[in-house]
Amino acid sequence: MSNIDSKIPEGPLAEKWSRHKAAIRVVSPANKRKLDIIVVGTGLAGASAAASLGELGYNVKAFCYQDSPRRAHSIAAQGGINAAKNYQNDNDSVYRLFYDTIKGGDYRAREANTYRLAEVSPNIIDQCVAQGVPFAREYGGTLANRSFGGVLVSRTFYARGQTGQQLLLGAYSALNRQIDAGSVEMYARHEMLDVVLVDGKARGIIVRDLTNGEIKRFGAHAVVMATGGYGNVFFLSTNAMGSNGSAAWQAYKKGAYFSNPCYVQIHPTCIPVHGSQQSKLTLMSESLRNDGRVWVPKKKEDAERLRKGEISAVDIKDEDRDFYLERRYPSYGNLVPRDVASRAAKERCDAGFGVNAEGKAVFLDFKYAIERLGRETIEKRYGNLFQMYEKITDVDPYTHPMQIYPAIHYAMGGTWVDYNLMTSIPGLYAIGEANFSDHGANRLGASALMQGLADGYFILPYTIGDYLAGEIMVPKIDTNTPEFDEAEKNVTGRLEKLYNIKGDQPVDYFHKKLGHIMWEYVGMSRNEEGLKKAIEEIAELKKEFWSNVRVPGEMNNINPELEKAGRLADFLDIGDLMARDALNRNESCGGHFREESVTEDGEAKRNDEIGCYASAWEFQGEDKEPVMHREELVFENVKLTQRSYK
Amino acid sequence: MSSFMKASIGRKFFMSLTGLFLIIFLFVHLTLNLLLTFDDSGVLFNEAAHFMATNPIIKIMEPILALGFIIHIIWSGWITLENMKARPKGYQAGDNLLKWYAPAKNMFILGGMVLIFLIIHLFNFYVKMRFTGDPLLNQPGPGLEDGVHNSYALVANLFIHYPVYDIIYILGGILVGLHISHGFWSAFQTIGLNNSKWMIRLKFLAHLVAFLIGAGFAYIPLYFLIKF
Amino acid sequence: MADKILKKIYVKVWRQNNPSEKGRFETYEVENVSQGSSFLEMIDILNDQLIREGKDPIAFDHDCREGICGMCSMYINGHAHGPDSEITTCQLHMRRFEDGETITVEPWRAGAFPVIKDLIVDRTAFDKIQQAGGYVSVNTGGVPDGNTIPISQVDAEEAMDAAACIGCGACVATCKNSSAMLFVAAKVSQFAKLPQGKVEAKRRAKAMVAKMDELGFGGCTNTGACELACPKNISISHIARLNREYLKAKFSD
Repeated sequence: MSNIDSKIPEGPLAEKWSRHKAAIRVVSPANKRKLDIIVVGTGLAGASAAASLGELGYNVKAFCYQDSPRRAHSIAAQGGINAAKNYQNDNDSVYRLFYDTIKGGDYRAREANTYRLAEVSPNIIDQCVAQGVPFAREYGGTLANRSFGGVLVSRTFYARGQTGQQLLLGAYSALNRQIDAGSVEMYARHEMLDVVLVDGKARGIIVRDLTNGEIKRFGAHAVVMATGGYGNVFFLSTNAMGSNGSAAWQAYKKGAYFSNPCYVQIHPTCIPVHGSQQSKLTLMSESLRNDGRVWVPKKKEDAERLRKGEISAVDIKDEDRDFYLERRYPSYGNLVPRDVASRAAKERCDAGFGVNAEGKAVFLDFKYAIERLGRETIEKRYGNLFQMYEKITDVDPYTHPMQIYPAIHYAMGGTWVDYNLMTSIPGLYAIGEANFSDHGANRLGASALMQGLADGYFILPYTIGDYLAGEIMVPKIDTNTPEFDEAEKNVTGRLEKLYNIKGDQPVDYFHKKLGHIMWEYVGMSRNEEGLKKAIEEIAELKKEFWSNVRVPGEMNNINPELEKAGRLADFLDIGDLMARDALNRNESCGGHFREESVTEDGEAKRNDEIGCYASAWEFQGEDKEPVMHREELVFENVKLTQRSYK
Repeated sequence: MSSFMKASIGRKFFMSLTGLFLIIFLFVHLTLNLLLTFDDSGVLFNEAAHFMATNPIIKIMEPILALGFIIHIIWSGWITLENMKARPKGYQAGDNLLKWYAPAKNMFILGGMVLIFLIIHLFNFYVKMRFTGDPLLNQPGPGLEDGVHNSYALVANLFIHYPVYDIIYILGGILVGLHISHGFWSAFQTIGLNNSKWMIRLKFLAHLVAFLIGAGFAYIPLYFLIKF
Repeated sequence: MADKILKKIYVKVWRQNNPSEKGRFETYEVENVSQGSSFLEMIDILNDQLIREGKDPIAFDHDCREGICGMCSMYINGHAHGPDSEITTCQLHMRRFEDGETITVEPWRAGAFPVIKDLIVDRTAFDKIQQAGGYVSVNTGGVPDGNTIPISQVDAEEAMDAAACIGCGACVATCKNSSAMLFVAAKVSQFAKLPQGKVEAKRRAKAMVAKMDELGFGGCTNTGACELACPKNISISHIARLNREYLKAKFSD
């Protein structure tokens, strides 16, 4: 029952995008001035889109919940950004980047989108350099590259350990230039709470001014969501505290399909949880696995004594250490992809070999690298990461191994979009992490930045023109219409409802509970029974939340608890859909591991006969079961193979 | 140019230039004054003082010097006022990053104290030498020609007979030194003649200059205090 | 390594319900805080307590909680971002405090950063300074290949040193003049070190400084407190470069 039209252009893979660009319509400069576009979110995707659209001459209004567009969580990406520049002469190419991305995504991404991503990737680097992004350079003055997990070429561009920040500041500067020029109006500390549809088309949004609680209406000819991922459904994740799935969820409730919600990436090298009071997990760069060796004790009694704090890691002799990644995956060793490394850590900890008080940590040891390369080399490579680790844990990683544990990091799933990045609601677009299209079931390192900027700089500005060319006769959107009245009423009603529950428990109490359910049953390892249980437990928690949450403060003032309550209300629903999607997908692929679908030795087993699709969930109404549509994935240019890292 | 005068960097630019100019003056002033300690007969100093009072170039420089002082003082008040306006409400816990006595934090206060010292100093000598006159100036001394004041007598008398002034002048030297220990490198920083490498050199130089000027000026009253 | 538990600490915190209210300090007790907790987690615990007691929790800015977004902004015991160096408030841990200690927490204080509520201040002035000229005027597309302009490693590194600014405002909060010079210098200096930025260097320096002055930040008196407070260790040598760029621009008018 596929009523999904992904609008993938005809023709050979390498020509699809150029043919498509040639075929789609363009809006004249005179008409662009008459057209309004709303961009929600100002991370890499949002800021780059808003700036580029402003440059083209559209009237853009940009929104973010932070106090400045520069704070969006793209800023936290450390490692780098991929681009098929082939500057290293190591036979990289657009096709190779495309192939690596498709394979890394375990053959669950759309070929055409992924190819286009690889195709525009070199332009991103040029654009960022022109903006003054201080990428690392070789002595000769050319751009430097480093290599990243899962690929055979060196194609990652970087700016120290702050690539995400520098790229975002580049996009932010372009955005600032447009704000100064008057083509973009910026609304910081404003949160989108609903999208408004008029005659089935997205025509505006309802936002809350977070500084005074005022509910405002904004109309536009098109709305772009660049609102990031929903990883915070797990409560603890590497996402920012405010990162949320609410914009995407409101769009879903208005009819936009939600795709592959069960695909979330778990990053293996985070600083472990240290107690019940923790609010946030800190990521340690993946690059650490290049020189660190991962281990747990061989003997359970050693692990127990570690947990009690009777001995420390250095007391355990080499022969009593189990380098389980090297043992299980001799050819890739400590450098297996993120999902594999994460599951292996969980497996050891579940078996009783965890090394911290909570039993949920493994060691990442640099002793051997220091012996081999000297402390100085290690300091040069990882000095600032080691310093950060010591600040947080008070343990010196030069003398004692780091403790690490997997954590939720990135959402591959998201709002369903077609080739034009338009959702199933006409005029509503989703870009960056908010959409689902390019990474399949697992994202390669250094590809998130690439996708955000590709969408914002080089894809959306073209494709949105095709839609807007048909809207040039539509006058400025009047926000005093029944549709806007209705949407505002719903928003206000929901906020008041949350506020007036006046229950006993703060929002975080429920969020932690939800996180626990998600981590337990919809986390790294999933099975039918657990997923069904998750759906039940989430439903119960939802009921409890809506009857017992306490939102303090005032409605018409800064009220972080009210903001959190609204976001959690949506997370509860997103969690439910994730579990349903995971239940439906009875195969293991990428970040989604079903215990029912494994090889004889316990490794993930993809099943292309049943799993070669992208799910597209359609909302049917509150407390009604959603309907899943299938977008069949067709692979014409790559051969589907089983990943093996043995 | 008026926008430059009002700009924060523009204002500081004038502070820096006048500051550096005043440091040069202090060096000249100190060199001459040290003659007080080389020759207890006062001949050397009296000759130098006479030269300074009569040389046409010095005559031209005098009002420029006065202008330098005036700009430096007025601007400091203006800048301080503007800077205070930038923080209408302060911190309860104070500012614990720099020590309370760090010269960098107290330039206006140090400068103000130096100004008080300067006024005392002007009344002690300059006013008497140039305007009101003093019997000591006409006291006969070795090698004094006609019309040449015995400036040495005026200075020596103060430092020998009024220990309070010795202490005031020693303090004055220290205050000027502290003021310069920040002001010297800060001036270069403000006019843009600094970078990460020169930062260390300039700060070292600033302390050296501050020490030379501060210790030099403090040495004179100390000399009289100990010797006589 | 098990973390010590602080049995009881006192948090003396600035409470101000809205921009026009006068505001006051309130002291709260927090019990049983692990020294392994971050400072913001301690505030989370306190807020949880306040909510349960039916009181209004303390409003504060925070987002990434890993020291890079620049949103968190607390003046703790007389130090911007607390008594530890090269970190943001979110990276500060309770290890730095003693049992029974009273910790004073204030918002950034500057005329250009008015308090919105409690510890939240309005830093849009920073955005406005950036909008005045903190960019290279290139449109999307139509730019040369990234390797067309070689940039020496030294220059790229120095530009990166300046570009590391996270815009948190600790420099303004710490400076006795509430000067934004380090913030402005970071951007001007980054572009001054790169050929891309040189084209409009004069316009940029003048426009950004003019905006900074207009918004009510104080002037720089080179105390150097800003670089000590800066979580990203940005050196005041960049301020020297800003001064140079600005004077060059002004004198060539």
